Amino acid sequence: MIRKFDTKVQHLKYKVLREVARSAFQDDLHHAVYSIPQKIVQGPEATMRCCIYKERAIVGERINIAMGGNAENPNVIEVLDIACDECPVGGYEVSDACRGCIAHRCEDVCKRNAITFDKHQKAHIDKEKCVECGRCAQVCPYTAIRNQKRPCQNACKVKAISMDDNKKALIDNNKCISCGACVYQCPFGAIMDKSQIVDVVNLIKESHDNRDYKLYAVVAPSIASQFSYANLGQIISAIKKLGFYTVIEAALGADMVADSEADELIEKGFLTSSCCPAFVDYIKKQFPAMVEHISHNPSPMTAISRYIKKTDPTSKVVFIGPCTAKKMELKRPEVAPYVDNVITFEELQALIDSRDINLEELPLDSLDNASYFGRIFARSGGLSEAVKEAIKEKGIEDFDLNPIACDGIEACRTALLKASKKVLPNNFIEGMACIGGCIGGAGCLTHGEKNKKEVDDYGKESLEKTIQDAIAPYKN
Amino acid sequence: MNIYVCVGSSCHLKGSYDVIQLMKQELAAHHLEDKVNLSAAFCLGKCKDGVSVKINDEIICGVSKDNFNEFFEKHVFSHFS
Repeated sequence: MIRKFDTKVQHLKYKVLREVARSAFQDDLHHAVYSIPQKIVQGPEATMRCCIYKERAIVGERINIAMGGNAENPNVIEVLDIACDECPVGGYEVSDACRGCIAHRCEDVCKRNAITFDKHQKAHIDKEKCVECGRCAQVCPYTAIRNQKRPCQNACKVKAISMDDNKKALIDNNKCISCGACVYQCPFGAIMDKSQIVDVVNLIKESHDNRDYKLYAVVAPSIASQFSYANLGQIISAIKKLGFYTVIEAALGADMVADSEADELIEKGFLTSSCCPAFVDYIKKQFPAMVEHISHNPSPMTAISRYIKKTDPTSKVVFIGPCTAKKMELKRPEVAPYVDNVITFEELQALIDSRDINLEELPLDSLDNASYFGRIFARSGGLSEAVKEAIKEKGIEDFDLNPIACDGIEACRTALLKASKKVLPNNFIEGMACIGGCIGGAGCLTHGEKNKKEVDDYGKESLEKTIQDAIAPYKN
Repeated sequence: MNIYVCVGSSCHLKGSYDVIQLMKQELAAHHLEDKVNLSAAFCLGKCKDGVSVKINDEIICGVSKDNFNEFFEKHVFSHFS
């Protein structure tokens, strides 16, 4: 398990996805709903919850989400009510570590007079007055004041998660940007991204070895930091062995985007990027006045898929990436005609293992469509570098690019706030909702310090040294 | 006429970009740019046989920098002369 995932929650989710995919390949899905919970929770002792019956019931819910989830909920991120452990949500609270000191720094620093003391000089916080500023926690010499926040709420920087009357996590779809941070952070795995893995299995089966139509896989460049136990060339082999006709780099779409984004930026003078669907969704939901500044370019996924469908109109395209928000992007009318399904690296791992494909035994295949600049879109700052390069390659010298690479949605928020008040000194906002960029995506198998370097190294292996070299064959 | 040059990973390594550049040059030299629609194809399924080029519905394999002129005369220019 350790070599494949960061956490046991991911591993559990993966096992369900793998078994669902296996059943789908065997045309046995209707039976799977009953057999998979028993297979995964063998008992007789409970290992995760109060009893094996609850564990199996939760696996049942996971199967439901692995098979597409609740169709009435338009969001791809969904709470599994019975899996939610109703974590405490007290906010700032004084713990037993309060010694009842006489300094009362907490009281001095509280601007709302929310701190009172009992007869033992122990502090208490008046929840009516407290605004959760956290100053008291900062100054307590005993670190006796803690913020009791749910991991999901803590992870959700757009504040889309609250709790319902039964203390279960509740996602506000009007705020949620489907970045998946809560999915990755919930220690009980009670929030999941809905899967299209069964649709992908069907696409593979119905192509009849690519005779009826050709099935293309478009992979995101962040794949370079994933599947650390195998070589990238072996993963490409595995994707083809699954039944895909060929594998194409989304990074080539990124090269295309960098080229046209440079033109658009020079024409308009100020732009925000449009590559990250969660960032775009965030602007639409929280900064509607800024929508006109979003680049009109499609995302790299959409750009490359559009090209594939142009050259091969009957083809089917599956995007494989680190991103849960891409599953939402897929629903947009300007994207839906070009991309058939989206799965994450987690789901790719499940697909590969559902066919018992041993990655380590496979030969090395190659993946070579894009330039260094297209490939480094996978990490924060890469898009800005690529746009800079595109401007340089066009020989434009009288445009002064001043980008700000926003790493994570909080940094995006700060830049958008400034821009909406016209005090942002930059003329290009690169917005990435996940910390680190796409390599921090919720659909990644692993997240680590080395990921950025791995993406950069992969970029340096490109045969094409410039963006123009990479996109030349596709320009007419 | 529609010409697709395969730029799948295998053809790419064998020099499909060179073939595309030569094709653009030759089409321009013969003033055929308006009559030929040149695009890239991601995989023509003949990965083991060298750079593949699809002309209308025919696939020609093993095109390279070295035999390009011969290929161009035979498969492209002959259609117009």
